[in-house]
Amino acid sequence: MELVFKRPECLIDVPFHFCPGCHHGIAHRLVAEAIDYFKIREKTIGVASVGCSVFMYDYFNIDVLEAPHGRASAVASGVKRARKDLIVFTIQGDGDLGAIGIGEGIHTANRGENITLIFANNGIYGMTGGQMAPTTLLGQKTTTSPYGRDFTYDGYPIRMAEMMATLEGSAFVARVAVNNPANLMKAKKAVRKAFQMQVEEMGFSFVEILMSCPTNWGLSSLEANRRVEEEMIPYFPLGILKERKMADYL
Amino acid sequence: MDQNLEKILVRGNEAVAMGAIDAGCRLFFGYPITPQNEIPEYLSKHLPPLGGEFIQAESEIASINLLLGASATGARAMSSSSSPGISLMQEGISYMAGSELPAVIVNISRSGPGLGGISASQGDYFQATRGGGHGDYRMIVLAPSTVQEMYDLTCLAFDLSDKYRNPAMILGDALIGQMKEPLIRRKPQQMDLPPKDWKLTGAKGRKPNKIKSLYLQEGELTEHNWKLYQKYEKMKEEEVRFETVNTEDARFVIAAFGSMARVSKTAMELAREEGMKVGLFRPITLFPYPEKALYDISTRVKQFLTVELNTGQMVEDVRLSVGRDAQVFFYGKPPGALPPPEEILEEIKKYY
Amino acid sequence: MNNDRFYHNVIVAGFGGQGVLAIGNLLAYAAMKEGRQVTFLPTYGVEMRGGTANCTVVISSREIGSPIVQRPHAVISMNLPSLLKYGPRVLPKGLLLVNSSLIDLKEFSCNDVELLAIPVNDIAIQNKNPKLANMIALGAFIEKTKWVEMSSLFESLEKVFDERHHALIPSNIKAIQIGVEYAQKSFTPTPTLPRPGGGNR
Repeated sequence: MELVFKRPECLIDVPFHFCPGCHHGIAHRLVAEAIDYFKIREKTIGVASVGCSVFMYDYFNIDVLEAPHGRASAVASGVKRARKDLIVFTIQGDGDLGAIGIGEGIHTANRGENITLIFANNGIYGMTGGQMAPTTLLGQKTTTSPYGRDFTYDGYPIRMAEMMATLEGSAFVARVAVNNPANLMKAKKAVRKAFQMQVEEMGFSFVEILMSCPTNWGLSSLEANRRVEEEMIPYFPLGILKERKMADYL
Repeated sequence: MDQNLEKILVRGNEAVAMGAIDAGCRLFFGYPITPQNEIPEYLSKHLPPLGGEFIQAESEIASINLLLGASATGARAMSSSSSPGISLMQEGISYMAGSELPAVIVNISRSGPGLGGISASQGDYFQATRGGGHGDYRMIVLAPSTVQEMYDLTCLAFDLSDKYRNPAMILGDALIGQMKEPLIRRKPQQMDLPPKDWKLTGAKGRKPNKIKSLYLQEGELTEHNWKLYQKYEKMKEEEVRFETVNTEDARFVIAAFGSMARVSKTAMELAREEGMKVGLFRPITLFPYPEKALYDISTRVKQFLTVELNTGQMVEDVRLSVGRDAQVFFYGKPPGALPPPEEILEEIKKYY
Repeated sequence: MNNDRFYHNVIVAGFGGQGVLAIGNLLAYAAMKEGRQVTFLPTYGVEMRGGTANCTVVISSREIGSPIVQRPHAVISMNLPSLLKYGPRVLPKGLLLVNSSLIDLKEFSCNDVELLAIPVNDIAIQNKNPKLANMIALGAFIEKTKWVEMSSLFESLEKVFDERHHALIPSNIKAIQIGVEYAQKSFTPTPTLPRPGGGNR
């Protein structure tokens, strides 16, 4: 009998610590599948950011380096500049990339660093217990926006993918979701494409994944999936925002 | 062999950059700040032809994290800055100490607090020798006092940081960074260093390597901190470096480091001309501090004068090092005009 | 290699753009070529932008302690503010070289120092190279002090000047020689300066 679905070689056989219904595990799997697909496990370095994604080294069967909060893209750039033959990626959350590390993220993209950045956007600080994130939607209640996010106090949710796409240094920018099978398949293609861009040395690749955080949103897994569809996607539209072709490059 | 090497007249900052290249450093990350700009300027010109990488980062925060990433691959890498920029780097330095990553960080310090000014200062002594960032850690800190030492100690810093898997700092200042002196670019013999089996190169034919500073399992972090402590203790035993001048027959000793040590050396000579038996003690490693050597001197000498370009930082280490019956005086100059030797001589006369 | 005991220092000061750092650099380089210990300490950054530039050069047969000098053996002063600042600091029997093209000496009085007033800008203009006033001052200063050999000074030019300026070396040598001749004609030679206290530094 043919085995059609198995654990990617790139993932260690341990259960994820993520909460039930959280999309982080799916994002890990998509990255692992892309690494397996290109057969680059033995030359890939993961950079763990601070947040729920920090335990990357417990799940990925690859070399992993842990970065200070917000600095993952700078750390990844340092790895890549020292060893251009390696494949380097990071998964940064919305606090890590959209708030404390926005400067490092933008300049990494602008330098066109040939790395892959997976942006895990669930609109909330998961690990610290549900505080407001730069991508928290207007009106959304969190532990630090108890009356709902109000732009007069807190500004607006940041659209990172659009911002990254404006930079000349970025080669591939996409926003995807994993809340239903159709979106998941598109997400899988986008993540694979992002790694392909790196393998082909096309420059900085960026995939924003809209994710749920049922625990901190106070919703069930299914309700959280629905919220991604009904509230997040309208503000954070899905699609490929930018794709550099070899011809643009030459 | 050495005699064939030509003397060149270069700034201290350029000597640091040359030392880095000769120590095999091919990666530099930095952000402009006076008075250290000659270091990135020199390396931006000379690293690319050697196949190296130079990045002018968007901030010192990015610089130190680029350094962290590069170091994790086992490569020799460096960043340099001056006081306010070094403050921004403290987070990354703490992570590197916690993750046991080697790297060389150069502080051509200027005056503070805050934006302060660009005049020479030794006001970063505490920051450098006490760790500087959060957590219980130390950096190896080397304090050059000549342009030749800017070169030699930069080379040494790479070896020591590799040996101990710990960040090392060159603590200079505007005076020593900007002045020119003859330099002989004599490549040092590299130490015998352990293989970097921890480095990240891709998990090919081996288990994945993890470099991290997060330890959440019970007892892990305690054990990790004790391990770091053992390294610092080993540094104290094996890496202490200092210079003494005329301490054998002295009855009064000046303790000073870096640029102030050389001004103090002239003050000592002036005092000797006037018949006063004055000596000089100059720590070259500020961490590990030469406590024992200073204690040994204090069994014979009972009067010490610490001279610093600040209002009193290293003087605490001098007081902690000397015997109880020794007197430690202090002469400090906050940022501004640099004290000429005559001024220090007057101070010696007050106590001698 | 010189083995005699030798210790001298000079502060060179003027406006930014007058080439005072070039004077200091050349002097330091030439002395280094002759086997001396040297230090060259420039002002930098904000101080530079204030319109004044200065450097301190120490030359010694032995290891140099302080690169900072409070009371110099000599001062080369290219403008009035620098004369007012550094002139009074020259040690007794020291040497004060003053650019009398830009400085009215009535503004300044000094006792017990040897004063060399040289209109270096005027001489430079007469010789159709107004930018080389600094080299005229340097030539006169070395002729007077004999701290370094002229040949060492000439050889240092190619080391101190950036390669793109090497075409200018002959005109610089000429300007130095003009300074030398002016000093020979106008002043009595003093081969070595009186040695003030702290001479074995």
